[in-house]
Amino acid sequence: MTTARIAAPSAATTRYSRVPKGQGPGRRVLPYLFLGALIIYFLIPIWWLVVASTKNVGGLFNGSAGALWFDKDFAFGSNLADLFTYNDGIYLQWLGNSLGYAFAGGFGATILAVLAGYGFAKFRFRGRRVFFSVLLGSVMVPLTALVIPTFVLLSELNLTDTIWAVILPSLLNPFGVYLMQVYATDAVPDELLEAARIDGAGEFRTFLQVAFPLMRPAFVTVLLLSIVGTWNNYFLPLVMLQNTRLFPITVGIGLWEGQASANNGGGQSLWGLIIIGSLVSVVPLVIAFLSLQKYWQGGLSIGSLK
Amino acid sequence: MANADAALASKPVRTTGPSGAGSYKKRSKLREQRRGRVGWLFIAPFAVVFVVFLVAPLLYAFYLSLYSKGLATGTTFTGIDNYVKAFQDPSFQKGVGFVISFAVVLIPVQMIISLAIALVLDAITTMFTRFARLMIFLPYAVPAVIGALMWGFLYSPTFGPLQQIFSLVGASAPFPLSPDNVFFGLMNVVTWQWAGYYMIIIYAALRGIDPTIYEAAKIDGANSWQVAFRIKVPLVSSALVLILVFALIGTLQFFTEPKILTLVSNGTITPDFTPNIYAYNQAFSYSNFNYASALSFALGIVVFICVYIFLFFTRKRGGFLS
Repeated sequence: MTTARIAAPSAATTRYSRVPKGQGPGRRVLPYLFLGALIIYFLIPIWWLVVASTKNVGGLFNGSAGALWFDKDFAFGSNLADLFTYNDGIYLQWLGNSLGYAFAGGFGATILAVLAGYGFAKFRFRGRRVFFSVLLGSVMVPLTALVIPTFVLLSELNLTDTIWAVILPSLLNPFGVYLMQVYATDAVPDELLEAARIDGAGEFRTFLQVAFPLMRPAFVTVLLLSIVGTWNNYFLPLVMLQNTRLFPITVGIGLWEGQASANNGGGQSLWGLIIIGSLVSVVPLVIAFLSLQKYWQGGLSIGSLK
Repeated sequence: MANADAALASKPVRTTGPSGAGSYKKRSKLREQRRGRVGWLFIAPFAVVFVVFLVAPLLYAFYLSLYSKGLATGTTFTGIDNYVKAFQDPSFQKGVGFVISFAVVLIPVQMIISLAIALVLDAITTMFTRFARLMIFLPYAVPAVIGALMWGFLYSPTFGPLQQIFSLVGASAPFPLSPDNVFFGLMNVVTWQWAGYYMIIIYAALRGIDPTIYEAAKIDGANSWQVAFRIKVPLVSSALVLILVFALIGTLQFFTEPKILTLVSNGTITPDFTPNIYAYNQAFSYSNFNYASALSFALGIVVFICVYIFLFFTRKRGGFLS
């Protein structure tokens, strides 16, 4: 605690004078130890996953090197081959499904949100205030509480166990609309819209060519959040889908977990598939986040600074 | 929120009265109305989804919850009986009690951790802290299912390192999912999953503060500890309220992590462990959709009450939804 107090002033000067050097590292030992310990904590499960994915079944259950280090048999390649060939390559199918759901749901939800947010921010019409208040209230409706009634509703329309049962409910993103509204209110000046209209641009063209480019940072942020939300979703597809060929990766791996624990012992090889399958499923989003840093880091402050 | 409200409050300049108004004003009023209709066009696609996937399921769930299905009697209208049953159901009571106590312990811990990390990362900018920021955020990119599975493996006496670590000191490892430990076993999983995400939101809000405020405070003789707690924390309080609300809603709906860990918990996590798991099992194990709808709705009511109590106590903080 005391070191943090000593360390922070030097850091505070660093921040605006932009001179990162010159302070001895010794003064910052405690914050660094704090962060170092946290990095270890946050990486341990992923490290375990990486290590375990290189072991064969024997190494996994009775390995000599322990749970957190590599075994002498390096079976990563054969594990990977097993993963992609098991059950006619159903894992690849799940991965593709997850990508499809995430992109369809994510883009759909974001396009609806950018349109509605712009509409709420830049037009005055009857019913606007009421609808916007209802929308804000709906942010608090527990979405999982909607899943069971939505299932019953869609089953009456014979839409359950189709891709639409996953994609269509994912289009609902009231918080995204709220973020877009907040952003558009500030980022799109009324004068600019007025000028475009006087120049004879139609409303939709004004939106596409004037407002939308200004809203792009919010668009990217909401898009990322929606894609991650759909990609990570478990409850909705779990409830909606029976056909294993339609499962996204989350439900698929959950299914394997169920099968593996159901036949203890016989399911040993399945545990290996679950481990390497988990690792592979994490890779796309991690890459996306690392490569798109500058977009989401700025955008996440939109909703919170107001 | 203040901004949005302000925007809503500032009504368009009304061109009142046909008598005194010139033809220009009339035309502008007409144009205003026509533009208003265009506004609805922008909102219409979202409004459709909103009605179909939020309003309709809610109404339908409410409708279903008023009926009961008996083997002999068929489906009959039973009014609020399902709700009376739900709130008297020991399983539902136990589940609600669990998620509320879980939220009360988990959320402050999670907030303190993420706020502390964000303050440290905001104060020090080096290669190492940038790396730390990314690594701490990384679990957000891991689906909750996978996160829960990984921790399940780490907890497992078969796969996990706990046995080895504890045998070094000659003790036998505790099982984090045993009835006594499951509260903290789950808390660890959720903190691991979400602390980085909350940290990033707070961090982004901290970066949005005008640094000249710190200069002014330092000239006034404030030390960095005071700058952190008297200036930085109050200025990001609306971000804190926002993520607290989300954490609260998320925790009360707790489903994925306990559901995934059910199979490896040796029976600790029961089919009525949380209200959502209970509703899921009522619907899909017993095909009792009427009662499941009532449970979902009752859970929604509990969430609403909790969020409003929370917002009532934080209303002076001027955050989201206040």
